Amino acid sequence: MRERIVFAFDPFVIPFTLGMVFIILYLSVGGFKIIAKLSAEEKMKLLKHTFSFAIFKTFRDIIVDCLLHLKIFKRNIRLGYMHASIAFGWFMLIFIGHIEVMLYTPQRLGVLYYPVFFRYFVMKTHETLRGDFFFFLMDLFLLIVLSGVGIAIYKRFRSAIVGMKRTTKLRTGDKIALYSLWLIFPLRLFAESFTAGISGGSFLTITINRVFNTFATNESLIQPVWWAYSLTLGAFLFALPFSRYMHIPTEIFLIWMRNSGIRATSSRDGYAESEIYSCSSCGICIDACPMAVKSENSKFTSVYYLRLMRRRLPGSMNHADKCLMCGRCVEMCPVEIDSCKLKVLKREEEISEKRLRMAYLSEIHTNVNKSDVLYYAGCMTHLTPVIYNSLFKILQKSGTQFSFMDKDGSICCGRPLMLSGDTYSAKELIEKNRQTIINSGAKTLLLSCPICYKVFREEYDLPGIEVVHHTEYINRLLNEGKIAINKSGKSFVFHDPCDLGRGSGIFEQPREILMKAGELRFASEERGKSHCCGGSLGSLSLDKEERNGITKAALATLFENNPDELVTACPLCYKSFKNINGKPTADIAQIVAEQMV
Amino acid sequence: MNRFGYRLSPSSQIDLDVSDNSLFREILAGEPGISTCIACGSCVASCSAGVFDKISFRKALHLLEVGMDTEAVALLEGCMMCGKCTLVCPRGINTRHAIVLIKRKLNKG
Ligand code: SF4
Ligand code: SF4
Ligand code: SF4
Ligand code: SF4
Repeated sequence: MRERIVFAFDPFVIPFTLGMVFIILYLSVGGFKIIAKLSAEEKMKLLKHTFSFAIFKTFRDIIVDCLLHLKIFKRNIRLGYMHASIAFGWFMLIFIGHIEVMLYTPQRLGVLYYPVFFRYFVMKTHETLRGDFFFFLMDLFLLIVLSGVGIAIYKRFRSAIVGMKRTTKLRTGDKIALYSLWLIFPLRLFAESFTAGISGGSFLTITINRVFNTFATNESLIQPVWWAYSLTLGAFLFALPFSRYMHIPTEIFLIWMRNSGIRATSSRDGYAESEIYSCSSCGICIDACPMAVKSENSKFTSVYYLRLMRRRLPGSMNHADKCLMCGRCVEMCPVEIDSCKLKVLKREEEISEKRLRMAYLSEIHTNVNKSDVLYYAGCMTHLTPVIYNSLFKILQKSGTQFSFMDKDGSICCGRPLMLSGDTYSAKELIEKNRQTIINSGAKTLLLSCPICYKVFREEYDLPGIEVVHHTEYINRLLNEGKIAINKSGKSFVFHDPCDLGRGSGIFEQPREILMKAGELRFASEERGKSHCCGGSLGSLSLDKEERNGITKAALATLFENNPDELVTACPLCYKSFKNINGKPTADIAQIVAEQMV
Repeated sequence: MNRFGYRLSPSSQIDLDVSDNSLFREILAGEPGISTCIACGSCVASCSAGVFDKISFRKALHLLEVGMDTEAVALLEGCMMCGKCTLVCPRGINTRHAIVLIKRKLNKG
């Protein structure tokens, strides 16, 4: 192998080289800006992380998420293959390209364009096993990338093949980048094939070279094809910052920051910015979003929110207000973008320091009877007293002593206020409730509402007090033999409330209870993928009709296997389903209370 | 003629020609549902904060409509955003959204 071009230069390399210089400058400036936006404390975190052993985990995560795309594989094998083949294949082409340069033309190491156009600049002098091995690898990875590009092109026209109902709409920058990405690899294939007679090649390039040789003279095509290859590469690199492919470099940055323990603290700080740019517009969140059951509302899904933020377009507030905060998109997002958090932060920015005060709180004196178990109903269970009445029956039967903290009216748990963006007022409520709970001397705080449960677990500082949801508590009573239930002939399906399942990780306890109470049937979407009931307090602006549509869609997934009864463990889900469901709806406490012996 | 002290307390008469209900109109644009309120009072009866403080969405809406913003806001200040009022409203009005919009307006000053 030796060089065949003097000075190792040809004008066709210019478009690519310009693109490469541009993107390197752009990314350096962008990266510097993001780091500059971090607070001093966050910068320290980043520094500490970089020089600790944990950095190896970050390397691993980057390979797994950015190159192999294992998370998308888990969602959908074909979609995963598409992403992995392009990303990993391309990476390997670059990597092996550099190794080739290192081995054969070490004097050209560091020339930006050389590894990319290696085959143009060299000629094969004699066969070696090592040379054939590298050529084989290069052809193999090119084939892998091409197969991924093939699926991508097919997906654009028919998304169903990769298991998606909807794909995202494209903008100009995206289009240029997308079409050049489609062209880059076929052009590379042809460019390398035409020169394969000179530079050598392997199963793919040599074969094509021979086929073309039968009806065309390859030599005359060499220059135009290498030019076209370089031009598309240049176009891709120039369009990159204005396209969704910006997610490729940004995600690396995001993983590095996330693993350092940095989180978003405003809807547009350094971390938020990199989350916004890390979205690959894969569109998984569109199918995930319950709002999208009404097709006009798919425009409010996370991918479009992130896009508005990225382009600084108006209307992002409306988007942030619509979201149910059900977390389904976050659960499924392969980049793990916490778009719910970003939207709540956006809402928070609307409520400035100069706020309205909850002056009356200091006047409230709550006296709670002393007992080990303190029950807090919260606002929602006060609307559905059947839940706490059933729960009390169970508690009495089991001989549990308890007191009712908000018998004469609830001071809200604070989560609805936090979701509305008013953390200041929420903190006041939280502090008030916290005092009451601590003063009560209870050891266990029992809740029947997952909305409360989540906030009590995450935001309340309650040393020595266990916070439990009634599904956990009832299951415990059953396991300890303090209560017993008869198995009925009924079949149930369990609806996982967003804040209990996805939000707090409680999936098994309610199912264990229901399996004791009767037959448990599966829903088509359950556990982490459970569909929001439509009632969520997370959304500020969805109207009743839109919510009802979501409820109906959720019911359709739940009644897939035709159970007799729908069981849930949240007063709000219960209320949302009850009037729309044609079959009986019950809270898990009701089922247990009814079948208790 | 004796005046019997009728003018001791300020007049609460509302002059629709001069009253400024721009806040109401702004909220109406953001949450058009509020125009369908039938003043049934369900929102007040179910209000969590209503147990502790003078809170009335129904009355606040009415006051806003005639431009008495300060009085209206005083009736919503203690709202805990719990959403019970939205769930019970027979007209399906997104009361909570209206309250958020009012709060935002005021907090922005
Ligand atoms: S937010 Fe996540 S799931 Fe949605 S398009 Fe972006 S990367 Fe995909
Ligand atoms: S949190 Fe739920 S409602 Fe909000 S965008 Fe995600 S999937 Fe849609
Ligand atoms: S419950 Fe609804 S209709 Fe009744 S007063 Fe309140 S807002 Fe108006
Ligand atoms: S959201 Fe506010 S006004 Fe409505 S019931 Fe709750 S505390 Fe009362």
